[in-house]
Amino acid sequence: MRDKQRQPLNLDEIRKRLEQAKGQHYWRGLEELADSEEFQQILEKEFPRQSSPLGAFLHRRQFLKLMGASLALAGLTSCRPLSMRKVVPQVQQPEEMIPGRPLYFASAFPIGGFARGILVESHEGRPTKIEGNARHPASPGAMGVISAQIPAPLNPDGTPKHLGATDAFTQASILTLYDPDRSQSPMYQGQLSAWTDFTTALAAEMGKQAAVRGAGLRILTENITSPTLAGLIQELLKKFPQAKWHQYEPVHADNALEGAKIAFGEPVNTIYRFDRADVILSLDADFLYSGPASVRYAHDYATRRRVRAGAADMNRLYVVESTPSVTGSVADHRLPLRPSQIQAFALALARALGVPVSAPQLPAEQHKWVNAIARDLQAHRARSVVVTGESLPPAIHALVHAINHALGNTGQTVVYTAPVEAQPVNHTESLRELVRDMAAGKVETLIILGGNPAYNAPADLAFASLLKDLTQRNGFTVHLSLYEDETSALCLWHIPESHYLEAWGDVRAFDGTVSIIQPLIEPLYPSRSAGEMIDTMLGRQRTSYDLVQAYWSKRLGTAGFQKAWRKMLHDGVVPNTALPPRSVTLRTEAVVSAAQKLKPTAQGMEVVFIPDPNVWDGRFANNGWLQELPKPLTHLTWDNAILVSPSTAQKMGLQMDTGGLANMVDVVELRYRGEKLQAPIWIMPGQPDDCLTLVLGYGRTRAGKVGTGIGYNAYKVRFSDALWTASGATLAKTGERYPLASTQQHHSMEGRELIHVGTLEEFRKDPAHLVRKPSPEEEHLSLYPEYRWEGSAWAMVIDTSLCIGCNACVTACQAENNIPIVGKEQVARGREMHWIRIDRYYEGRLDNPSTHLMPVPCMQCENAPCEPVCPVGATNHSEEGLNQMAYNRCVGTRYCSNNCPYKVRRFNFLKYNDPKEPVLQLLNNPDVTVRGRGVMEKCTYCVQRINAARIEAKKLGREVQDGEVVTACQAACPTHAIVFGNMNDKESVVSQWKRQPHHYGLLEELNTRPRTTYLAKVRNPNPDLEGA
Amino acid sequence: MQGEIVRTEPAVELIEGRHSYESITHKISSVVLSYRHPKAWYVVTAIAAFFVFVLITSVTWLLLRGVGIWGINQPVGWGFDIINFVWWIGIGHAGTLISAILLLLRQQWRTSINRFAEAMTIFAVMCAGMFPLLHVGRPWVVYWLLPIPNWTGAWPQFRSPLIWDVFAVTTYLTVSLLFWFTGLIPDLATLRDRAKNRLAQVIFGVLAMGWRNSAKHWHRFDSAYLLLAGLSTPLVVSVHSIVSLDFAVSLIPGWHTTIFPPYFVAGAIYSGFAMVLTLVIPIRALYKMQDFLTMKHLDWMAKIMLATGLIVFYGYIMEIFTALYSANQYEQYLITNRFFGPYAPFFWALLVCNGLIPQVLWSPKVRQNVLLLFLISLIVNVGMWLERFVIVVTSLHRDFLPSSWGMYVPTVWDWGVYLGTIGFFTFMMFLFVRFVPMISIFEMRDLLHQTDRHHPAPATGTAVTSAVSTEVTP
Repeated sequence: MRDKQRQPLNLDEIRKRLEQAKGQHYWRGLEELADSEEFQQILEKEFPRQSSPLGAFLHRRQFLKLMGASLALAGLTSCRPLSMRKVVPQVQQPEEMIPGRPLYFASAFPIGGFARGILVESHEGRPTKIEGNARHPASPGAMGVISAQIPAPLNPDGTPKHLGATDAFTQASILTLYDPDRSQSPMYQGQLSAWTDFTTALAAEMGKQAAVRGAGLRILTENITSPTLAGLIQELLKKFPQAKWHQYEPVHADNALEGAKIAFGEPVNTIYRFDRADVILSLDADFLYSGPASVRYAHDYATRRRVRAGAADMNRLYVVESTPSVTGSVADHRLPLRPSQIQAFALALARALGVPVSAPQLPAEQHKWVNAIARDLQAHRARSVVVTGESLPPAIHALVHAINHALGNTGQTVVYTAPVEAQPVNHTESLRELVRDMAAGKVETLIILGGNPAYNAPADLAFASLLKDLTQRNGFTVHLSLYEDETSALCLWHIPESHYLEAWGDVRAFDGTVSIIQPLIEPLYPSRSAGEMIDTMLGRQRTSYDLVQAYWSKRLGTAGFQKAWRKMLHDGVVPNTALPPRSVTLRTEAVVSAAQKLKPTAQGMEVVFIPDPNVWDGRFANNGWLQELPKPLTHLTWDNAILVSPSTAQKMGLQMDTGGLANMVDVVELRYRGEKLQAPIWIMPGQPDDCLTLVLGYGRTRAGKVGTGIGYNAYKVRFSDALWTASGATLAKTGERYPLASTQQHHSMEGRELIHVGTLEEFRKDPAHLVRKPSPEEEHLSLYPEYRWEGSAWAMVIDTSLCIGCNACVTACQAENNIPIVGKEQVARGREMHWIRIDRYYEGRLDNPSTHLMPVPCMQCENAPCEPVCPVGATNHSEEGLNQMAYNRCVGTRYCSNNCPYKVRRFNFLKYNDPKEPVLQLLNNPDVTVRGRGVMEKCTYCVQRINAARIEAKKLGREVQDGEVVTACQAACPTHAIVFGNMNDKESVVSQWKRQPHHYGLLEELNTRPRTTYLAKVRNPNPDLEGA
Repeated sequence: MQGEIVRTEPAVELIEGRHSYESITHKISSVVLSYRHPKAWYVVTAIAAFFVFVLITSVTWLLLRGVGIWGINQPVGWGFDIINFVWWIGIGHAGTLISAILLLLRQQWRTSINRFAEAMTIFAVMCAGMFPLLHVGRPWVVYWLLPIPNWTGAWPQFRSPLIWDVFAVTTYLTVSLLFWFTGLIPDLATLRDRAKNRLAQVIFGVLAMGWRNSAKHWHRFDSAYLLLAGLSTPLVVSVHSIVSLDFAVSLIPGWHTTIFPPYFVAGAIYSGFAMVLTLVIPIRALYKMQDFLTMKHLDWMAKIMLATGLIVFYGYIMEIFTALYSANQYEQYLITNRFFGPYAPFFWALLVCNGLIPQVLWSPKVRQNVLLLFLISLIVNVGMWLERFVIVVTSLHRDFLPSSWGMYVPTVWDWGVYLGTIGFFTFMMFLFVRFVPMISIFEMRDLLHQTDRHHPAPATGTAVTSAVSTEVTP
């Protein structure tokens, strides 16, 4: 196909090779003889999509045949799909692999350089589902973080007993592995090329750089915590002493770093112990949703909000924020303020708490807040936390350190450690330095490992044009990444990067704990990890496995290493790597003087940048699960929008139609420092007035088939000196309208008692009062005798006090149950397929409403209205109380869905589950039927997991024990708001929750007798601020 | 109504003009046997044929892609499919009412419209039947709704109103077809005897099934016809009652209503008579059948429309009353939403079309005005369609949980199937007019016999049917 790239056969080489060959050697053709590597290259060039046996055109059947062959021939030949490396499963050895029964392997999911501990479910060598690793500090299970000393408890069916929590990103990361748009071959100037061509070119370039001691060599990475990778980079920098290593992440804690430098004179890592805090104040920090410890923090926060009869105690959360966030939505008191006002608020609070700063005069309302919060914090010295977000300047971060210090929280609820990053740098400054060098022509070789700086660098740094110039000036620019993206297009070389489930590595968690990234599958395409890339630059060809093992055997010593290695792979954490707490000395004068330099005023419209809650900084733009996931609060899918407050919208005459199919919204033009940006608006209740929130991560031009060309690119107006907040932007209506697809069109409970809400005081007085129970005459009688539920009676209880609306359950369900995505147009028509949704209702004032969240899966009604109306009996009841669907019996009348008062049924209006790319079929959970067109589906309580547990229990001759069945949503939930189990077992957790006085069923008055029930939402408002 | 009859007894008769048995036979059979048809027939049939192609296209695309090409969604799982199903079934009802109940009640005026109305029933039920077959997600397994013995032992679920529907509608279609065909046999024999064309002779001869006009034939015919009439009578009530149970059995506010069965039956007759008028008025003019389809017929049909329309309107009022009286917030919201929600224009239009405008039928002058009657019949047809739209869509689109509320907007394919069935119906009706005697010849002759001033009809109470068999045979 691309003949010009073919190398002529080197006959001399072949002769030499044949002479060197020992023993009998059979050969099929000259090309094969010439070099198997080059032969491969020719193959790749001829048939680029078949270059890997798992190329995009491989069908599932072919894959299974291949798998069978590779199992049979293991050891004889090297096959891609099964790892030839020894990976250690949870308990059973690979040789004990039983077809049809999954194995679980511990690994870690790196995002922003930080680890989330995971257990990956693997079916016959094919990873299908990610669970949290309860041993890992960033993904605690319902029992918290399981200590490494406790041996791995397993259910009889081999599933881990303790699953850890995850977030939506972790759950969806498996889809990226199988994304058919991933780059599948090295590219040279946009043309298909081969790895060997690249290594040859790289070796030449390195030789050139070696001559000048690396003076023209620059490496740009994302945030690196990996000890192995950092070690390799240090080795490289030693070899090329003039070379420089830069790091850049668009969403990175630069301000926190600078704040720590002000407060303590050195960078430190701050860890909050929300499990010990009675009072929490967040200043624009969405700590429950974003950041490396968000899952842990959500878990810790929730441990203090489990209100039960007789144990009615809970923490209190204040949130002062500039954009309605997940954390703000669950706050007991939420105050929307513009960023500049938050600065003033922080100064006033610091002063009220005895930090010697002068504070501006606040409006009376805010003053009241400051006093109330200060009193509350003072009353809980050493048992409170003040946490601040990245949007606030370093001086505020430093000030908050001083506040926590003044409150005696340091060492109690706020713990400091050494930085987790291998080299803690200010990423913006690091990139600025690189850009300066590029502009000055000092850079000849630029190796970009991961990231997408051409897309997400600050606008004023003009990274993309400098990169383009560098490439055009014959600079040797390389981009290693999962996708051939915006940055790859501007580089000389693009090298496909291995997905984290394909290559070995290591990564640290927020507290420094190291996890080994254990791959679950051989690379699907000829790709390399960042470590392998550096190793190649060093002139070696070690595999990622060798690299990681070499590092750790050196660090741990070779004696007993194999045993230790097996243990750390098995556990998913390397013992004793969590960073110890360290003492810090607060430099009060520095903090005060920095704080006094703040000018908390702003002119014109203020702008806040937030990473998108689903596609983050843009890295997940091509992940359909995350694109279709309704974003927290807005429930928007497939787009980003500029968030404006209702009053601002009214003032500017901006309209948003709601209640129809798509939300038709006004398109505005935002002008900031000469840059223009056209974007749709979203009127956001709870947004501060005159404050616009711009959402990063969209407007990608080379993301892939899913993510290209949707939304607006907020990076266009993001400047390096105004990364998170800016002021002085202007907004103009363009007159255009744009459709946005949101999954929830109505935001009021319409006076219906759907989520029962009460205060802690009310709960203490009369816990049952929170819920309006049906009075005796409303008790529903039946003409028929009651059905007696014997054996297991599965039931679920969801604590609405704990739900933070983070969507982890929704994504987990999607991954577990092979739920398809349907696209924006179908979502706008109201045809999204999620089996569990999070209903969000607003209550109270439009400018600062209370938010109430309610996850709604199938209620599995005992008197299910869907069942009697099905003409073919495709939906019926199991004796264990499951309302089940026989997909192959369903004819698709949709009557069941019409008659479902909870509207939890989902219909395949079109052939949604129709992967054009067979590689996506590898993703499917083999235990769950893939539904075809015209079939109704819904939540099954993860019946496949129930069945697996029941089979094992029957083998053991006993009942299924409490905790042996964990549904996908339950496992993923960071706050453990969902419990599932047998309600006939009076000791089970689900029975205990059902006995709570504030337990109720949704729409119970319809006599549906739901098995999924709820605990009423308990708030803990401050009496001084109640009504505020 | 009683006082009305006395006051407004029209001066016209059921057969106008001077007619003999021969002239009746000639007038009606010549439509079928002559080759010259009004130009309008060709125009209308061509337009209708075009819409049949629209139907074929829409259905083909539907089968290829799935019901997602329609506007249905979550929460509105049923849209045009069920709206049109109920609408068509309702339209069919007038035919059965006219042929069966009015026969049993010895209403002579049914004679000139029953053939026509029965044909309408059959084609309307065909149109209606298409929707349940096509609206399912997997139409290739729709036969699972039938109780067919099979090796899996899987039977339909007899608790589901949709299964009752299957039985009700198939029974209805079968009985209507039988009734229609049985009533046709003497006329087919007449056509056989009068046809000059060999092909027509053969076809009508086969269809006449050897009718030789003997007294024995008439005797058996009468028994069979009466029995079928008796069989059809409960169907008039049962079919639409059962269709209404599709809604009433569910628990959705706006559907879960005990008033539905009678209210649906009244609505069905209402829309059925409206459709008869819509068709009869132009065809009567086209084929100059004013002598047989007299103003008296139109007048009485208008009166039935007025009566059933009032029942339907009472139904609307009772729905509102029940919601208010129930103190059930979901029911109350439903009524508020109907009056003021996003689909309020449909509801108000429904009240105007079905409740307000038909009130002009109180006036005898309006009932004597053919053009106005035609317009009103069209309005009632639209109104009854709107009623089904309001019932199906406004109930579903906002039910219990506001988080799941949505909207329903039909797509071009919804309209394609709907207009396609109207085209199919019209096409079939025009073929019927062309190839089958649109008015029952033998019954008209019998009517002439009974109403002839020189041969007064036997006193009321004597069986019409027995008179037919003995006296009408020429």
